Amino acid sequence: MRRREAFLIALEALRVNRMRSGLTMLGVIIGVLSVVILVSVGTGAKDTIEREISGLGSNIILVVAGRLNVAAAPTQGRLTLEDAAYVGRVVGDPSRVTVSLQSGETVRVGQAEQFATVVGTDHNLPNVFDRPLDKGRHLSETDVDTRRRVAILGAEVADRLFGDVDPIGRQVSIAGARFRVVGVYATVGATFGVARDQEVHVPVTTAQRLFGLPRLNGIAVGASGPDEVEPLQRRIVSALEQRHPGEPFSAVTQTQLLGTIGTVIDMLTGVLAAIAGIALLVGGVGVSNIMLVSVRERTREIGLRKALGARQRDVLTQFLIEAVLLTTIGGIIGILLGVGGSLAIGAFTPVPTSITWWSIALAFCVSAAVGVFFGVAPARRAGRLDPVVALRAE
Amino acid sequence: MSALEAVDLVRTYRLDGVSVDALRGVTLTVEPGEFAAILGPSGSGKSTLMHLLGCLDRPTSGVLRVGGVEVAGLSDAELAELRNRTIGFVFQSFHLLARTSALENVALPLVYRGVPRAERLARARAALESVGLGHRLDHRPSQMSGGEQQRVAIARALVGEPEVLLADEPTGNLDTRNGSEVMRILTSLNEERGVAVVLVTHEPEIAAHARRQIHVRDGLIEADTRS
Ligand SMILES: Nc1ncnc2c1ncn2[C@@H]1O[C@H](COP(=O)(O)OP(=O)(O)O)[C@@H](O)[C@H]1O
Ligand SMILES: [Mg+2]
Repeated sequence: MRRREAFLIALEALRVNRMRSGLTMLGVIIGVLSVVILVSVGTGAKDTIEREISGLGSNIILVVAGRLNVAAAPTQGRLTLEDAAYVGRVVGDPSRVTVSLQSGETVRVGQAEQFATVVGTDHNLPNVFDRPLDKGRHLSETDVDTRRRVAILGAEVADRLFGDVDPIGRQVSIAGARFRVVGVYATVGATFGVARDQEVHVPVTTAQRLFGLPRLNGIAVGASGPDEVEPLQRRIVSALEQRHPGEPFSAVTQTQLLGTIGTVIDMLTGVLAAIAGIALLVGGVGVSNIMLVSVRERTREIGLRKALGARQRDVLTQFLIEAVLLTTIGGIIGILLGVGGSLAIGAFTPVPTSITWWSIALAFCVSAAVGVFFGVAPARRAGRLDPVVALRAE
Repeated sequence: MSALEAVDLVRTYRLDGVSVDALRGVTLTVEPGEFAAILGPSGSGKSTLMHLLGCLDRPTSGVLRVGGVEVAGLSDAELAELRNRTIGFVFQSFHLLARTSALENVALPLVYRGVPRAERLARARAALESVGLGHRLDHRPSQMSGGEQQRVAIARALVGEPEVLLADEPTGNLDTRNGSEVMRILTSLNEERGVAVVLVTHEPEIAAHARRQIHVRDGLIEADTRS
């Protein structure tokens, strides 16, 4: 008997028992569907975060006091403006060094108020970060030197407080002090869960006085090229540690941040996909079970086929193909539903998804393999059935 | 050369340590074109004998030759091919594939012979027409009467043009009218095509259609008469 015949017979047997076939496939469908959706959600999350981090700018090094902990909020460390100036000398170009001091404050305009992250920074910020303006200007060196009460609003803050009115030149009140708006940032979205459109930037010197905080949260450096990033990172840390003996400092680059976060997300995705893979295996056990039941129920059919000239191999092939067809058809349905589900999640929920071809190929191959693996035992049993016993079975 | 030649066939079943001697030494020859009936009470070993003659089972001892070939030397796969080419089976309970058309049921033996589909279906159609079921090609077993189902089974046994047709109680599940229709078809197959027919039955009236009666009792041939 030729392969094609065995294939057609198996397909026919599935059609004849379509209710059972459908139920058997269900386990595989759910397993494959979960794998595809979970991987696409994981990949989507990773892509988004990577895009956000890359969107900050290029070749950025973030310097903080103490040991770096990605999970914890930046603490107010030992870094000062003098340290920032010193880092500027280490880098050899002070214009590529900027600073940050943050505090959550309420910003008011008349009756309107909006909670915002007020960031004390300086005129070098646009040299390090990609932070395009929608209106007005960036902070100037004079703003910083003379502690001017000027502010640049994030897009969302501007929209909430001023609506359609142009905020440039108008007053806002931050922590009880009056500031003049000199610029509005363009919309940039969130980075890392930090809503950058809800920030308000003021000169770092003004912020230190306003908040009564002499320190900085961190220093950011823009390296001149990708190759300079890591040597510069090492130079900055060792220079700071020499300047303040016994105190640890840390620096992290964008690439390292991407790498760390990518690894964490990959791990999470892997664990979730593995759980979904277990569902697929359970589906495989279901296939095996139902195939065994099917072999028992179809004992007479098997006996008849043998009486009519089917060899052991023909019957084995038929049942093995049935099992593999069950799981691959289930796999294809699962993939289609998984892709549809991922697209729907991406379109109708805030959760980003990204469908990867490898997860689809993997899910398909695994479901075919599950069919072979779990189909062999029932198929062998079918092939070995004694035709007389099978024919006498009623 | 005989179509079937059995010498001192013994078949002993072992079940939970108990052994049952279903056949205790049967010697028998069936010539090409013969029409023989195997008669005997229930449990006498008729089906066991038929399964051995049809190469569905192997004897505990004794020799069986089909078309001059000694069966003991053949592998399971060779046995399957021998069955496919030289023997047609008709069973008491029809044994048709459910939810499968008459045409596909009849074509089944040719599938295992590797006959291309178009030829298979043409031959199956001809076989169904020869048993008077040319109008039932696409019917499923559940849509046909018992008599019709048995005629489909006969068409299936015929389609491979076997030398011997083995029928185990073919009328056992049928009423008298359908039973005699089946017997009429078997008789005309034997007469017109020259297929040797071995018919197993416990009813003397059915056995009377055959020119030869082989009486089996307790696993032995009691009498072998030709009329
Ligand atoms: N697979 C089997 N295992 C054990 N005993 C069997 C088996 N098949 C048949 N027998 C026994 O062999 C004897 C002959 O059975 P069978 O050939 O079916 O008789 P008949 O067809 O004449 O009614 C009976 O006693 C039956 O119980
Ligand atoms: Mg019997």
